[in-house]
Amino acid sequence: MESQLTNKPAHDSQKMSARRIRALLRKEMLQVIRDPSSIAIALILPIFLILLFGYGLSLDPKDVPLALVLEKPTPVSAEVAGAFRLSSYFRVTTVTSMQRAVDLMQEGRVDGIVRLAEDFDRRLSFGDAPIQVIVLGVDANRARIIQSYAQGAIGQWLGQRNADRSEVSAGPVVIQSRMWFNEAFDSRYFLVPGLIVLIMTLTGALLTAMVMAREWERGTLEALFVTPVRTGEILIGKTLPYFLLGMAGLLLTASTGRFLFHVPLRGSLLILTAVSALYLFVALGFGLLISTITRSQFVAGQVALIATFLPAVFLSGFIFDLASVPKAVRLISYVLPARYYVSLLQTIFLAGNIWSIIIPNCAAMLVMFMIVFGVTLRKTKKRLL
Amino acid sequence: MDSLRRIVALIWKELLAILKDPRSRFVVLVPPLLQGLIFGYAATYDLNSVRYAVYDQDKSSASRQFLAMIDGSGTFLRIANLRDQKDIASIIDGKDAILVIQIGADFERRLLAGGPADVQVIADGRNSNTAGTALNYIGTITETFNAQWKGSNGQPPPSVQPASRAWYNPNLETRWFMIPGLIGMLTLVQMIVITAMSVAREREQGTFDQLLVTPFRPIEIMIGKSVPSVLIGLVQMTMVLALAIFWFKIPFQGALSNLYLGVLLFLVAAVGIGLMVSSVAATMQQALLGSFLTIMPFAMLSGLNTPISNMPKEIQYLTLLNPLRYAITIVHKVFLEGASLRGIFPELWPIALIAVFTLSFAVWMFQRRLT
Repeated sequence: MESQLTNKPAHDSQKMSARRIRALLRKEMLQVIRDPSSIAIALILPIFLILLFGYGLSLDPKDVPLALVLEKPTPVSAEVAGAFRLSSYFRVTTVTSMQRAVDLMQEGRVDGIVRLAEDFDRRLSFGDAPIQVIVLGVDANRARIIQSYAQGAIGQWLGQRNADRSEVSAGPVVIQSRMWFNEAFDSRYFLVPGLIVLIMTLTGALLTAMVMAREWERGTLEALFVTPVRTGEILIGKTLPYFLLGMAGLLLTASTGRFLFHVPLRGSLLILTAVSALYLFVALGFGLLISTITRSQFVAGQVALIATFLPAVFLSGFIFDLASVPKAVRLISYVLPARYYVSLLQTIFLAGNIWSIIIPNCAAMLVMFMIVFGVTLRKTKKRLL
Repeated sequence: MDSLRRIVALIWKELLAILKDPRSRFVVLVPPLLQGLIFGYAATYDLNSVRYAVYDQDKSSASRQFLAMIDGSGTFLRIANLRDQKDIASIIDGKDAILVIQIGADFERRLLAGGPADVQVIADGRNSNTAGTALNYIGTITETFNAQWKGSNGQPPPSVQPASRAWYNPNLETRWFMIPGLIGMLTLVQMIVITAMSVAREREQGTFDQLLVTPFRPIEIMIGKSVPSVLIGLVQMTMVLALAIFWFKIPFQGALSNLYLGVLLFLVAAVGIGLMVSSVAATMQQALLGSFLTIMPFAMLSGLNTPISNMPKEIQYLTLLNPLRYAITIVHKVFLEGASLRGIFPELWPIALIAVFTLSFAVWMFQRRLT
């Protein structure tokens, strides 16, 4: 963009160009400030979302309603019941028949059933006492976590029971797992960096696409083109306010995550800011490109939603693992800037300045930036001829 | 009668306005299908290629047997055999692998002595959900290995064996949960945006005022604006539904009529929200951004991405106002559980209530603006 400016014959000085940009900038800033909807999307939505993410959303089940079927109460079954009651993961309802438990599950009052059969005690001494665990499988991810919690509670009970024996009941191989970067398994650690991606995408791509499409739709951009202002200057003047809004959103989200939810920032703040600025440039570029191609607010809004925001949720690796997606769909993710930004943010926040991640991901975004702005500049000019 | 004829004419005009413009036609028809397909593949918590590295200090037949079991599961992809403790950090940091399995030098010796033989598993917690699922898989494989080892070495089997089963989704595939959920999610986004934008466009271009000076009453204009959106929503929903049943082969257990009844009520509620947004928006930009401000909380509090029962109590109460929450529950109940009309009644009436409220609020707002 800069070279675009200097390559042109210098029929007016560099100083005047700065003045023109300032004037445009002022006009745009006023427009942003006077329209509450831009402020709402760039600053209020982030606050709302981060509070929701911080206090409300979690993939870790707790207080799972569970029906415990004790067909014949005995001291042993009371021990098992105790293990489930003591677990902070479950809220146990004890019933005496399987039929009652099935009813509860069908009414949607419990999400799982644990059943100790009538002859549990007797068979325990033979070493083949079954415990039946049935979970509501509709939400498969949750169901799988509940299953492993139930196994954990059973294992704990067994461990206590066998404490006096030297034999370890859990079986010869014991897995000692460690979760690097997030020892406590806190899902906020990956939700907060992911949220920043969503907010930057909204401000950068969606907002810019709408604003510019409106100018095209109303013909005010053509009116600007006949003034001495150059294409490059218009693009800078138009996008800079949204760039600033996006960076303000970043500051807001990152500091809330850091200070309210104690998400660590293990990399440097400078690098975080730099890669975020780079991503925001790419997002702004996409917004401009979409508006230039569609030239209609209705279509631009829809396209920006479909091409930038929704993929940032589903195809960026923010929530869902990209390695498990079929190859054809994974290929699409490579042309999405959000993919690289998610990887960068997760690394900079949780792992630190790891150059083997930072350099290739930044390079990919840089290439995208150049392609997107090159095409936008060309398209913008071509339309005028 | 006259009123009916006027409404039909307006509906026809609205449908033409969207379907005659090739770009509008495109954004209304193609994306839901494309999104259903792409996000249907992407939105899964199930892992099928977990890249992992091994640091095997034992190199015994037992450790090889254990690792072969992991390799043979079809889920794990071994990308490196490490020779040095130091390599673990760089292979995790660089995201080359998300798990490193470290087997100590005395693994086989301790196994033969009856255990415990520790295996260290280090996971990349940058996405703790993915890492947690991968660790779970390793746990399951280890249990199988333990049972086999005990069996072949004459040790007594564990005295308690939990037998797990899952209802309605026996293999616990997240896709069965996500794709039906997308029916609600995608149609909500489209309905609110299309409705809000179509009114805002008329307003911005000044044609809304022209409509107002015609013999149309405000309520007729509202009906004329809502019916086309609902029709488009039904078409979009049918496309995603067909994709779920025929492409992703998710077994449809219930009655189509129950599903369509629920979705129809939901579409009316969503259009009502779109009209509410457009009644406070002066421009298309405000309409789109306003739609967004409403869609985000609805989507986040729908229970699709994170279960509602994991949320704090106060927020759980808040979700009772969310039509998407009920719509997704209805789709899941009818689709996976085969629920009857009575089974989905607890969700049907709140949606109906929300629909009545949003529509009347929108009508009231429009009439207030006129006077």
